[in-house]
Amino acid sequence: MTAVLCRHFGLKHMEIAEDIASDTFLKASENWAIHGIPENPTAWLYTVARNKARDYFKHLAVFDTQVKEAIRPQKFYREPEFEYSPQSIADSQLAMIFAVCNPINSPESQICLALQILCGFSVEEIAHAFITKTETIKKRLQRARANLRQDNFQIRTLHATEIQSRLDTVLKTLYLLFNEGYFSHTHSLQIRKDLCAEAVRLALVLTENPWTNTPQTNALLALMCFQSSRLESRINDAGEAVLFDQQDRSRWDTTLIDRGNYFLVKACDHQEISKYHLEAAVAYWHTTPTGQNKWAHILALYDQLILIEDSPVTLLNRIFAYSQVHGREKALAEAGQFKLAKSHYYHQLMGYLYAEADIAQAISHYQQAIQGTKSATEKQTLTREIARLKKTIPQKSGRPQSPSPAGGKGANS
Amino acid sequence: MADFKPSAEQMQERMNWLAGIVAQNKLVDKGNTLLPAKGSAKTVKPGHIVTDGPYTEIKEFISGYIVVRAEHIDEAVEMAQANPIFEQVGGSIEVREILKRD
Repeated sequence: MTAVLCRHFGLKHMEIAEDIASDTFLKASENWAIHGIPENPTAWLYTVARNKARDYFKHLAVFDTQVKEAIRPQKFYREPEFEYSPQSIADSQLAMIFAVCNPINSPESQICLALQILCGFSVEEIAHAFITKTETIKKRLQRARANLRQDNFQIRTLHATEIQSRLDTVLKTLYLLFNEGYFSHTHSLQIRKDLCAEAVRLALVLTENPWTNTPQTNALLALMCFQSSRLESRINDAGEAVLFDQQDRSRWDTTLIDRGNYFLVKACDHQEISKYHLEAAVAYWHTTPTGQNKWAHILALYDQLILIEDSPVTLLNRIFAYSQVHGREKALAEAGQFKLAKSHYYHQLMGYLYAEADIAQAISHYQQAIQGTKSATEKQTLTREIARLKKTIPQKSGRPQSPSPAGGKGANS
Repeated sequence: MADFKPSAEQMQERMNWLAGIVAQNKLVDKGNTLLPAKGSAKTVKPGHIVTDGPYTEIKEFISGYIVVRAEHIDEAVEMAQANPIFEQVGGSIEVREILKRD
């Protein structure tokens, strides 16, 4: 909604557009609670937003004319025309993302801004997506907004070259948007399907435009399809997280897996292999039954992935894959070779790796992981796992299958 | 076989098979499907002789190709064996090693 409003008023009025949008939703929540949800909620919201915008501009016009009465004759105020078709909304959203991904700002700042304005992310959520402090993000956002304003920022039609050069940061934004939906940490819900669906929708729009229908875009979309196929099975009826090994495979959406396969093949281009290609390929293997070579394939992909991006999460996921191929003991030795940040993902993984050989160590790591995570569902899962480990201390036989712990963020859940 | 038009489901089966090869990072070239329509094939022989065909009515008619990366020919054979075409229409797949030129 902010995007549609901004398109009409220009980004100079960005704050006002945001205010109008939030006012509109407030009014909706009051009104719908009393009168029930209207037949066409989208149209209802846009009508209210339009009226609010009109009031604002009338007010502005009155203010202008009164103040400037003495020096200027009264001028007409033309009400901006609104478009309501789903088409223009889709385009507004994307046009806005491309506009915000302006190279006058650093790629990180571009993505922060896009996540905040378009995806409605809080500063905290952005900080989480970047694994950075909230203060850093706040400053980054302020600077980026100031830069855009000085540049007299407008949403205009971009040339093919501009679109292509901005595509990387746009894809990254959609990737983070999807991830926040898939591994939501700042909300009590662990999954926010609305964010996932929005990311998929925008990526699909990108594949419909010849300028943005690149191998990378298709690879990202394939990744999203594979991950989405498990959305229904990742949370049980009680709202608890279900780890990969324990998911009911009959609830996986095979249509989405098929779509993923389609986009994965479309993404194949012998010239280019991106992070999205490799992650999509990993996600592909997670849709297949566990066979002899499944984890060997996944490990090979992670070996390539860390050459492109040696992020802490990728390193941890690779070590988990390593443990599936070579066993937990060797994986512990492998983990020792890397300087790994002591995040709660790290402690989850170490807890899992120690769970066979040294239960006391495992429990201690799991406890540190509980302290580190903000997610209530994650805490629950870990607490259950500690309880299970404690029971196995007296007799070490009959070890039940342990769930994948690295599933907190990587492709393993 | 000449009039064979794959259904959406059969196309998807083929996609799923290809995706498995892509996910191993072993698909080098998606290749092309050779048009089975009349007049789309000619054979050129020495002495300026040009004939129509090969015809799709003939049993051995190449309908397409892909290029894969494999450690050895047996691995490529394994990939070919998983091709859903055998279940769908039959036919055969020829696996050939490409000469590497430096």
